[in-house]
Amino acid sequence: MTNRGIHGEALVLDEPLSLWGGLDPATGRIVDARHPQRGASVSGRVLAMSAVRGSSSSSSVLAEAVRAGTAPLAVLLGERDLILSVGSAVAEELYGVRVPIVVWPRARLAALRTGDRVIVADS
Amino acid sequence: MPVALDDRDRALLAGDRGAGAAFAMRLVLLAAEALGARQLIDISGAHVDSCLYHGQATLDFVERLRAGDARVTVPTTLNVGAVDLLHPELWHGSPEVAEAGRRLMEAYRALGCRPTYTCAPYQLPFARPALGDQVAWAESNAIVFCNSVLGARTERYGDFTDIACAITGRVPDAGLHRTEARRATLVLRLADDVPPALRDADVLYPVLGMVLGRRAGSSVAALVGLPAGLDEDRLKAIGAAAASSGAVAMFHAVGSTPEAPTLAAALGGRDTGAAVEETITLAELRGARDALTTGDDLPLAAVSLGTPHASLGELRAIARAVDGRRTRVELLVSTGRDVLAAADSEGIAARLRAAGVELLVDTCSYLSPVLREVPGAVMTDSAKWAAYAPGNVGREVVFASRDDCLASAVSGRVTIDLAPWGGA
Repeated sequence: MTNRGIHGEALVLDEPLSLWGGLDPATGRIVDARHPQRGASVSGRVLAMSAVRGSSSSSSVLAEAVRAGTAPLAVLLGERDLILSVGSAVAEELYGVRVPIVVWPRARLAALRTGDRVIVADS
Repeated sequence: MPVALDDRDRALLAGDRGAGAAFAMRLVLLAAEALGARQLIDISGAHVDSCLYHGQATLDFVERLRAGDARVTVPTTLNVGAVDLLHPELWHGSPEVAEAGRRLMEAYRALGCRPTYTCAPYQLPFARPALGDQVAWAESNAIVFCNSVLGARTERYGDFTDIACAITGRVPDAGLHRTEARRATLVLRLADDVPPALRDADVLYPVLGMVLGRRAGSSVAALVGLPAGLDEDRLKAIGAAAASSGAVAMFHAVGSTPEAPTLAAALGGRDTGAAVEETITLAELRGARDALTTGDDLPLAAVSLGTPHASLGELRAIARAVDGRRTRVELLVSTGRDVLAAADSEGIAARLRAAGVELLVDTCSYLSPVLREVPGAVMTDSAKWAAYAPGNVGREVVFASRDDCLASAVSGRVTIDLAPWGGA
């Protein structure tokens, strides 16, 4: 992240996603067959969702996506999440790439639309 | 509110015990902040799930810990990995993935973890914490068993945080480590229309767990109306299912689990008005049972038992059921390597193999390509297996009791006895 922050296009998920079983880190695409946005790519976008669902193995999947260069630029969530925060911290330690996990008020998240330009800046 | 650190914590962060331990301490602190903890507390043991391969990043992580001279400082067991190290011939997938999975499993052993490779560490006498002990356990079914059945205390640890706690010997003082979070906030009562025969049948318990997970989400519920003194295999089945359909990390079974001798105890001394009370009807249980089956019109391809890993008691029961018979389809039973060793010394493993049973250790058939690629459905008595196998290994499922599964494996056709369910 530069001093001017991360600039990216939002991908707003209609339903929570478990990265484990839901995101293919080799391609950066959503692969959960039951997810309404199956096939969408998170790579290079700002991924926004109200909550994270499911397994702690999602930490590993986020780190692996960072390693593979398919990760989102940042993740906006409606609540704190240990699993993604730890995955992001490990990826930064191993690969020197920071994917900020940012908590947003749910009302702001609800107003966000896929394709909106988002700036994630250091506070 | 920042997390208060003591001198040992600060020394770890400063790198006094090496770069690996400092990295681990940073992860524990991150967890403490995410959980809203004010301080860290000591643990007496850990169970680590990070040894399951999820790509090169999982290997890079453990190599970084090793390069930084990290070692676990409390007795630590390992969860399943990707491959059966003792029976590698059962693997039908890519050799490269098997090799990477094996390297990861060995790397955690090199950090000082005990090579148990089981999702049911609670079946091992040396790995059972006592009532009230503080530990850091990963793997959702082990977490719920630890809290509910052993009465030891863990939060929901997982990839990276589990080993970080084992290296530092510290956890956030938050969540289920604290007494107030362990009280039931929901009471689920079995309705009068649930037949006594079903309450006494093993098959009820995984199905009840699915309903529990859906109703409770991540909260702590107390189950009322079950026979007292439920055995650990039934409690295992409840917890594993509840952690699949919901985010359950603890439940109380009144009359069976140690923090719930009575409903009042499960509620932590508050009166019953402090919790929401709901009933579970026979119709809801039948619906949950039916939802576990995805392939009821398919031929029987295989039977998979032992998710979570089969206990010695379960292996004995399977051996009794198949003695002198021969399976017509693949019958695979997953268990832990230490439980298999005990079964071997009793002669049970030989009896099982004589009937055609394949015994898998160190991994699970819903994680790894071990079942033979025969067209048709896989029958299981595990709600957790039924929940994950379609997505993970692309198999259709028929859920039934263990006795039905074994009878079907011998006959080669799906046969289900609905009598305990009242005939439907």
